[in-house]
Amino acid sequence: MMQSILKIISFIGLILTVVPAFLVFSGAIELNFHKTLMLIGTLLWFVTAPFWMNKQKEPAGEA
Amino acid sequence: MKKTLANQLDSIDEYEREPVPENKLKGLKSFIGMYAGEHTAGTEFVIGPLFVVHGVSAPDLFLGLLVGNVLAVLSWAFLCAPIAVKARLTLYFQLEKICGRYLVSGYNLVNALMFCFLAGSMIAVAATAVGIPFNIAMPGLDDLYPTSIGWMVTVFLVGSVITVVAILGYEQISRFANICAPWMILVFVAAAFAVMPQLGITSLDSFWQVAQSRIWTGVPVEGFSKFTFWHVTFFAWFANMAMHIGMGDLSILRYARKWQYGFASTAGMFIGHVMAWIASGILVAAASGEVTPGPIAYSSAGVAGAICVMIAGWTTANPTIYRAGLAIQSIVPSVKRWKVTLVVGLVTTIAALFPALVMRLLDFVALYGLVLMPMGAIIFIDFYIFPKIGLRSNYASVVRSSFNIAAGVTWLATLLLCLSLNFFQGIEIFFLGLPGWFIAATLYIVISKFYQQKITEQAEVKISANAL
Repeated sequence: MMQSILKIISFIGLILTVVPAFLVFSGAIELNFHKTLMLIGTLLWFVTAPFWMNKQKEPAGEA
Repeated sequence: MKKTLANQLDSIDEYEREPVPENKLKGLKSFIGMYAGEHTAGTEFVIGPLFVVHGVSAPDLFLGLLVGNVLAVLSWAFLCAPIAVKARLTLYFQLEKICGRYLVSGYNLVNALMFCFLAGSMIAVAATAVGIPFNIAMPGLDDLYPTSIGWMVTVFLVGSVITVVAILGYEQISRFANICAPWMILVFVAAAFAVMPQLGITSLDSFWQVAQSRIWTGVPVEGFSKFTFWHVTFFAWFANMAMHIGMGDLSILRYARKWQYGFASTAGMFIGHVMAWIASGILVAAASGEVTPGPIAYSSAGVAGAICVMIAGWTTANPTIYRAGLAIQSIVPSVKRWKVTLVVGLVTTIAALFPALVMRLLDFVALYGLVLMPMGAIIFIDFYIFPKIGLRSNYASVVRSSFNIAAGVTWLATLLLCLSLNFFQGIEIFFLGLPGWFIAATLYIVISKFYQQKITEQAEVKISANAL
């Protein structure tokens, strides 16, 4: 359950990293706002991703 | 406490002189993460802008990147990976069996030095981002030497952190790269899209027209040579020549369960090189020609962009320092790998102080691939061709020689011939790798034919004399 929540937060982080740039491209938001959202996305990713990304160990000797 | 740490570090076993056991093999995901992270790196922030500086035109860039990177993936998949999963040895131990201890020590020293310089350029790239909040003066396109005390202190701090991570081994590097890769790739894409309106690109339809008129204009900056489709193709193919054709990634792909994992390099070539070189070219055009990675990323993506440059430098410098550590450790196997890596990290950090490594990166990368390539050709011929033509593979190990003259002469003669083509015929260094491989392969077969026969005859004479 906890892992699922962490994964959702991580993916929100990635969305905040990339989507605002497309909004700048389409003229919907300003460049500075995109920079702020990207920083928030970055923080969310790095605070949550290490807790689930390397936790699932692959079974040894799997073909 | 000190002793405990030393014991822990000593116990990191990376199978330097034995095949990787079955239960230590890694899945495809590890390699995709490793390649994507390693090739979406700090140096991409330099290579993309240098293509712009060298006046590549837009059609030459896109076509050249496609062809060159496909060739690079095929080189990993069909040349390096099959040998890696059959032998499961590090490049250095494999070479020692072919070339003998003394020759491979010389090679490893050159190799480690090249890795140090390469990792140094990555540390320098990371430092351009770390220095932003402290307002440190960044080196420019023409700077070759350290520009300020602030720059030197920043480089030293960045180098220290990267060295500590490299000391912790492949497992730690792979984990670090896995976490960073998806985020880093998105930052590259996002930064490029965010600055497109500044260049006048407001729809995908207008991209190609602006790309040709404002980004890849086909006109080089004064003092820089003009690059064509062929430059881009060969640079893209040979940017990692030391790793695929030069067999450097035997040390990494020996952990692969199947040779097909060599295709994992696609993640590095197409998400990393193609996308990142295009994105960083767009960034440099938007920054009006500014080429220092930290500031151009900061101006397009803010603090996250600067963090991206810093981490992009780390994820490439880490495995490179790790590889350099393996190279040196094979010369002094009795010294623990972590101690060797510590010294390598120090040399790398000193090299990173010189901005010349960054500003002349394209030439250095091409030279680095060329210098290490002949040994890759030797391994390939030794592994596949020798058994078919009646010559002995792993000759030094079989006859207990510490210097395989055939391999030594092949390496030096190939480099001399290639450099002669550069000096006397004016053939640019980017194009020498291909003829160089065939020169090395031919020389190694011909010289080995005579050398192995001579050594065998001498051994037979000795046996006859003993019998009398």
